[in-house]
Amino acid sequence: MIEAEKRHAVTIEINGSRRTLEVEARKLLVHLIRDDLGLTGTHIGCDTSQCGACTVEIDGEATKSCTVLAVMADGASITTIEGVSPAGSSLDPVQAAFHEHHALQCGFCTAGMIMSVRQLLRQHPDPSEDDIRHGIAGNICRCTGYHNIVRAIESLVAKG
Amino acid sequence: MNAPVLPYIGQPLKRREDFRFLTGKGRYVDDIRLPGMLHMAIARSPHAHAIIKNVDLSAAKAAPGVRLALSGRDLEGRIGPIVPNWVIPGTKVPFRPVVAIDRVRFVGECVALVVAETQAHAYDAVGLIDVDYEVLPVVVDEEAAIAADAPQLHDSVPGNITTIYKVRGGDYAVAAREADQVLKLRVVNNRLIPTCMETRSVVASPDPDGTLTVYMPSQVPHMHRRWIAETVGIPEHLLRVVAPDIGGGFGAKMHLYPEELLCPHLARELGAPVKWWESRSESHQSTSHGRAHTENIEVAIKNDGTILGLKVETLGNVGAYLSNMASGGPTVNTVNFGTGTYKIANYEATSRVVVTNTVPVDAYRGYGRPEGAYIAERAIDAVARHLNLDQIEIRRKNFIQRADFPYRPYGSMGLMYDSGNYQGLLDKALAAFNYEARRNEREALRRDGIYRGIGVAAYTHVCGMAPSRRLALIGFDRGGWESARVAIDSSGRATVYSGSMSQGHGHVTSLSQIAADVLQIPIESIDVVQGDTRQVQAGHGTFNSRSMAVGGSSLHVCSQRIVAKAKKIAAGMLEVDEKDVAYAAGQFSVPGTDIAPLSFGKVARMAYVGHKLPDGVAPGLDETVFYDPTGMSAPSGVHLAYVEVDPETGIVDIIDYVAVDDVGTLINPLLAAGQIHGGVVQGIAQALYEEVSYDPDSGQLLTGSLLDYAVPRAEHVPNITSLFQETPSPTNPIGVKGIGESGSIAAPPCMVHAVLDALSPFGINHLDMPLTPPRIWAAVQSARNGASR
Repeated sequence: MIEAEKRHAVTIEINGSRRTLEVEARKLLVHLIRDDLGLTGTHIGCDTSQCGACTVEIDGEATKSCTVLAVMADGASITTIEGVSPAGSSLDPVQAAFHEHHALQCGFCTAGMIMSVRQLLRQHPDPSEDDIRHGIAGNICRCTGYHNIVRAIESLVAKG
Repeated sequence: MNAPVLPYIGQPLKRREDFRFLTGKGRYVDDIRLPGMLHMAIARSPHAHAIIKNVDLSAAKAAPGVRLALSGRDLEGRIGPIVPNWVIPGTKVPFRPVVAIDRVRFVGECVALVVAETQAHAYDAVGLIDVDYEVLPVVVDEEAAIAADAPQLHDSVPGNITTIYKVRGGDYAVAAREADQVLKLRVVNNRLIPTCMETRSVVASPDPDGTLTVYMPSQVPHMHRRWIAETVGIPEHLLRVVAPDIGGGFGAKMHLYPEELLCPHLARELGAPVKWWESRSESHQSTSHGRAHTENIEVAIKNDGTILGLKVETLGNVGAYLSNMASGGPTVNTVNFGTGTYKIANYEATSRVVVTNTVPVDAYRGYGRPEGAYIAERAIDAVARHLNLDQIEIRRKNFIQRADFPYRPYGSMGLMYDSGNYQGLLDKALAAFNYEARRNEREALRRDGIYRGIGVAAYTHVCGMAPSRRLALIGFDRGGWESARVAIDSSGRATVYSGSMSQGHGHVTSLSQIAADVLQIPIESIDVVQGDTRQVQAGHGTFNSRSMAVGGSSLHVCSQRIVAKAKKIAAGMLEVDEKDVAYAAGQFSVPGTDIAPLSFGKVARMAYVGHKLPDGVAPGLDETVFYDPTGMSAPSGVHLAYVEVDPETGIVDIIDYVAVDDVGTLINPLLAAGQIHGGVVQGIAQALYEEVSYDPDSGQLLTGSLLDYAVPRAEHVPNITSLFQETPSPTNPIGVKGIGESGSIAAPPCMVHAVLDALSPFGINHLDMPLTPPRIWAAVQSARNGASR
């Protein structure tokens, strides 16, 4: 138990701000983001890395933050949903498309889904519907049946 | 003030509540952090049935950060028991302590708890609790549980049957005698896990004024206030239940769970906020499951496809205890609807509610109506298959006709379908599906060894359980009404307080549309408050597809009262008779005169200044209505699916899905389609993917996490064409019907019929859900082997 509580310094850049925190070795990145940094827009929907609700960007790559120990993120640059459209700015295109196409209902999966969509569009600027459905397969949405999420993504592709 | 864009009802408005969710500013219970907050963790039974011989808490109590560790024995007589809220007359209710005292009856049942300074400390300490069990024989299956030699769960529930419920209409025995044939089938309605993406969570916080605030994702905040008050022993006026943003409910967040009682009790004992958060794997063994039925069906038929009678025997598996509504689901909610959209004069159904060593089963999107529709639809499809009749024409032939509404199925005294036009739904669905072309394509492809199938399913049900006095007859210990308060401020802005409770439905938008049309003010001038028992006067919450039909109607009537009073005030200000005042587009005018119109805002200001109020008119513009409907609305629909089944792998590819639903007046077509999309995919999930598995010998939950329980992802489901037909409900002033449960009711039989149609060349007439590749592949292999013998 004492070993478990030993603390380690972790320095990360989070949404553009540099922060150093002392964390237990066993702490997951998602808990650091939610509990230590208070960024509760990133959610926890499962405990087996299946749901994607905790997806954030680590050094520009969408990553499930429950699959990373906080100490492993030392030196990384992390973007969470709070950093996608900083306070006072307008919605980013993915967020705006989700609103436009009613691609969210309860909102719990939305942050992680948006992170995965951003990743999908970086990798496939012109995805087919199969690419889209495969590209968001790591994120579970229980409300929308995915239909309007796919429409929202297609609208971004059509806009070029 | 902008001019209102009237009418708002019918406009596909984008959601007013989206911004906070899109930007990570939503506030769910797990996001709440209070100073000095402690964390509870639960020790759960690893055995499905066992005697608790000893609970040793000593190591847990000595662990770092631990403030408290308790067993069921410690809590005995202090809080509880948990009692159901819906108790069908004649039901034997087993005793359910909040924490198991001397016996556990399912894997996951609470046996002890720890409260510690951090969640990690609490988890660490729970692992140190040592419980000595004596394992007992288990039964997990509803058919096995009613066998004479089955293990018995409760002394007070002999034979493991809590409830026997019967429905009769006409005379089935006569129908069976007059029939050309009687067709029999047995169908299984697979056990599901609702899987809200937000698991359950509770924060209970004692306030300095003696109030206890309980934050929880509740579909029914005022019901939870009453239940927690009664079960924990807190006066209701000292309890405030706050439901912030809710990450999906689907029926799972409207019951009374142990953790919702433990946190309030412990917060009072410790004088500090106590939080509990449910992990996903914990959720699979502690949050209620859904469905879990077996039905035996007999259909008395003429050889031309006329259905003379239907007989149903339902076994509803409700798990180890009677959860909140558990005796009502397999009974009233299921077998009352067994005849579906068809005229079947002779009906006889018996439902038995059965306890087993499994997680309690309760409401899940549709609760009973999916099971009821599955009875009707699987029966008529089996008849078509058996008689080699067209699956569309047999439905047309047996449908309740448009002229028959309002219709009482099988002469029922209690159940009435208010309105509908099933032929219209079917025609619209066939056209959108391009049915004739698809049918020809299916035939052509079969010759090439490509197996495509078309599935059809029709449904109706009733929702918004009401009126209150009728609910007494079925043992439902709550009312059927909903409350609304509309408070106009002195600038003319409205705040709506509704007892309905959004869990992703978009009520801020849809309720505003309803209020704006009556108040004739811009939707931007309306705010909506829900989910706080201190702000909202009273309510029943959101379940049973009731929010628009009951909560929306309440708001409609309340808004009318605002306008009626404002007219009186305007008449005083204009110095004319009230009956000469007209109100339109936010302006009070006197038609046929040159009197300058008065804006709603000016009248609102006068209501609060009070200088020129007519005699007998009190100041203020603030009304509250408790609206109890006179009847229930009956949505209906016809869905069609087109699939291709690969007989070599058993994989089902869903090519197309068309849903045509009649939900009465559409308040917001964009949100309505969203409800259909989500419901259909949950129904497809039941038909093809999801099933809770228990090991029959040990009672271990085999689908204990999202690794093992197959919630569909985007690549597993199709695009959905959602269309509507609007036959207004005569039961409420808006004409609206329930919508939330439609998709999950229609999709399971629709999908099963499509797959069976694809497999018809193999002579496969029946398969039980979920139609997984191994199950289909095995059926094809078995059919081929049978054919080759």
